[in-house]
Amino acid sequence: MINCEKASTICNKKQYKEATFLEQIQLGFHLLYCKTCAAFSKKNKKLTILCDKANLHNLSEQEKEKMKVTIEHNS
Amino acid sequence: MTKNQLNPTSWVDQYADYLFNYAVARVSDAEIAKDLVQETFLAGLKSAKNFQGAATERTWLIAILKRKVIDYYRKINSKKGKAEVRINYSSQSDSAGDWLEENVADPFSTLENDQIENVELGQAIQECISKLPKKQSAVFVMKTIRGLSTEDICNELGINPSNLWVMVHRARTNLMGCLNENWFKL
Repeated sequence: MINCEKASTICNKKQYKEATFLEQIQLGFHLLYCKTCAAFSKKNKKLTILCDKANLHNLSEQEKEKMKVTIEHNS
Repeated sequence: MTKNQLNPTSWVDQYADYLFNYAVARVSDAEIAKDLVQETFLAGLKSAKNFQGAATERTWLIAILKRKVIDYYRKINSKKGKAEVRINYSSQSDSAGDWLEENVADPFSTLENDQIENVELGQAIQECISKLPKKQSAVFVMKTIRGLSTEDICNELGINPSNLWVMVHRARTNLMGCLNENWFKL
């Protein structure tokens, strides 16, 4: 048996494929009787799908540093 | 109403990712998008004295970036004939049945809409991320967008894994709420 706090952590880990097999079983069992966590888990999964779909890009820190230097040179 | 002010030193931290996503969605090339963002910041510096304070910094920068994107397309189309759309029979295989009809877009396809929707979704997510507390957004971006491993992030930020998962949890809950407002209610 695990509590809701543990369950939500496992659920978050699962979104990044970092939950162990045992954890996933524990979570699955918890979701059977806990409606709150089941709703959270569903929404969490949805968020992951949205993030994948949006194909987000970010600049790396080095590139940002470079930009900062250029801006400073010009201001 | 308080007047908005420009604060160039924080531009990169605050807006670089947002602008970058905007540009990538429109020129579909990371290198070019990066250059456009850089040019936008420089142009912003140059005309900072013309800033009236009527719009927020971000709106103002996006407006500049928009012009930069347009300029970019003008430039690559400036050579005569480049802007023409040419329809050829596909050159490699002129076997029987390879006709233009088969190259026409499928009128019932909704794939194009998907792509447009995804661009807007990206913008919505990016906007929600920028509203998160700084620490949360840093962890979320590293984990979700840059796909770093838990270990690397812990080392870089000097936190322990359970700390990281709490951060991730808060960020995700906030994002869910924000997207609920900004994306699903449209």
